[in-house]
Amino acid sequence: MRQDEDRRTDPRSFAVGGVMALRNAVLPMIAILFAMRGEGYGVALALGAGLMIAVVAAVAQYLAWTRFTYRVGAGDIRVEQGILSRAARSVPYERIQDVSLEQALVPRLFGLVEVKFETGSGGGDDLKLSYLTEAEGEALRELVRERRDEEIAPVPASQAGDEVAAPAEPPARTLFAMDTNRLITFSLFQFSLAAVAVVGGLTQQLDFLMPFDIWDADFWRDELAERGESIAGLGRQAQLVGAVLGAIALIALGFATGLVRTFLREWDFLLEKTARGFRRRRGLLTRTDVVMPTHRVQAVKIGTGWLRYRFGWHSLNFVSLAQDAGLSNHVVAPFARMDEITPIMAEAGFTPSAPDLDWHRASKNYRTDSILLEGALPLLGVVPVAIFAPLLFALVPLVIAALIAGVNYYSWRFRRHALDARQVISVHGLLSPDTQIASRVKLHSVEIAQGPIAQRRGYATVHLGLAGGSFAMHGVPVQHAWALRSAVMDSVTAADFAKVNASASGA
Amino acid sequence: MDKTSDLPVTSVDDTLTELHPNHVKVLRVKTIMASLPILVAALIVESSAVLPPAVIMAPVALLVVLAILRLPLRRHLARGYVMGADRLRVVRGIWVRRDTVVPFSRVQHIDVNQGPIERFYGIATLTLHTAGTHNASVNLPGLGEDLARQMREDIRQHIKRESV
Repeated sequence: MRQDEDRRTDPRSFAVGGVMALRNAVLPMIAILFAMRGEGYGVALALGAGLMIAVVAAVAQYLAWTRFTYRVGAGDIRVEQGILSRAARSVPYERIQDVSLEQALVPRLFGLVEVKFETGSGGGDDLKLSYLTEAEGEALRELVRERRDEEIAPVPASQAGDEVAAPAEPPARTLFAMDTNRLITFSLFQFSLAAVAVVGGLTQQLDFLMPFDIWDADFWRDELAERGESIAGLGRQAQLVGAVLGAIALIALGFATGLVRTFLREWDFLLEKTARGFRRRRGLLTRTDVVMPTHRVQAVKIGTGWLRYRFGWHSLNFVSLAQDAGLSNHVVAPFARMDEITPIMAEAGFTPSAPDLDWHRASKNYRTDSILLEGALPLLGVVPVAIFAPLLFALVPLVIAALIAGVNYYSWRFRRHALDARQVISVHGLLSPDTQIASRVKLHSVEIAQGPIAQRRGYATVHLGLAGGSFAMHGVPVQHAWALRSAVMDSVTAADFAKVNASASGA
Repeated sequence: MDKTSDLPVTSVDDTLTELHPNHVKVLRVKTIMASLPILVAALIVESSAVLPPAVIMAPVALLVVLAILRLPLRRHLARGYVMGADRLRVVRGIWVRRDTVVPFSRVQHIDVNQGPIERFYGIATLTLHTAGTHNASVNLPGLGEDLARQMREDIRQHIKRESV
């Protein structure tokens, strides 16, 4: 394969583009034919319009084709394209995780393939060459694989050594499992208000199926008037009993729904550590089986609920690269005690947040500002409500404002973060703390963002670039945000430096 | 309270490198193009003569002229970058100020893009793509064309494979 020179894609790819454009021209043609049916020149007009679309598309395709060049270089693949604008992309071989060849129907007729280079960038915006001949595509894929394997030669050599030393794969170890008792306890906290709301709504929607309208006050009044005072009293009692029974039924329904959902999803939950990583199996009717390679785990999340937190129950999630399954967020322990969660985290290389860490709260200015700003919004409603509604209703926005202010105050009390030797730890939550722990060396970028108020009041939001998830810390004092960033960045670059040295000495 | 302020605060001391002077011109052309629809809309309202003359047109024209004169320069001055030995720092934004650092070793691939206006003025945008979900692509606009290509080569040299 020729290298280090600018090359074009196969000339026929512009023919493929033309055929595709014709396909797009069909719909307008049909539309014109339909609109002009009855007129004599309708067919001619439709054909003319189709031809014009095809010609314009072909010219555009041709220009785009002449301006699209790629180069297979010594260290990377480069693409330059654009008719009026110029876009140049460089993808280093080390970053190409896989090369895929795709054939849609039309290119297939021409014997062409689309070559896609997958790099795993967060935006999913990868490099494509459309189209090359099948042979060229194959050759390019081979070349990229060779180049990439040359670059990483020292690493697989040592891995091969490990495999020789330990030929027998270690058996899978169970890290976490849930029995029926645990599932029942779990489902008690899964009380589903949604089901209650749905059934409540259905009775309202389907009341035409009932012999009378239970929501109609007139019906009840007539009913009561007909039966006289004594029966009316009895009716009221019966109504009360009925209401209580109904409420009990709805609550039972809520619990039952929670139970069914929990059993369907979490039945026979099993988390194992295998040679390939973490393996999770769960489910009653649809059983899922997910394997997460250990080195792919970027961060962990410990969640809980306001009620289950009071009983000491937590959940553990892994944030990992999204390439293995559709989801990047994997539950590895949906309902567990902290002393069960800690060993699972340790297997993934994370340590729980120690209380003796140097914890930092969010800035007090941030607390004041969030209380004032978010509390002020409902206050804007006070005056119009006071004018257009009875005066007492003006209390409603006031109460809402007070509630929001209180929520902001209390959530500030939980909000804190810390930096230990290897991790960034962030805690937030209102009535129960949610914890997020990220590995410092696995972060991809650090952004310090400040809105207009934050700039004047000296705090910032710190966004950590995490593969497969988001990690933001709000209201961090700005001096501390800078210190945090340089500490994280230094550990990232120091880790790379160590890795480069290790591979250099190992080779 | 701030114990970590003993940590070395390297990036704050770094002075930002200014962008290419032509970046202001590009921003100005873009502002003019963005304000054209507003001017046209104001003209249409004006010509319908529901209000006394110049009640709509005068303030709109004033705002547009102010925006064209002042905004590009302010935006230009708010932007900057620091090319470190192993990381790139990009600062931007007047209203919301964003200050991003990307280590070269975390760059997945690199783009150098030029729109038609940028090509005319000989400047380019450097885009670093990372694997992170936030800041999946970090843009640094307003670099001289050659500088952008040079920076791409420099960063390219630093990219090493690591087992993410």
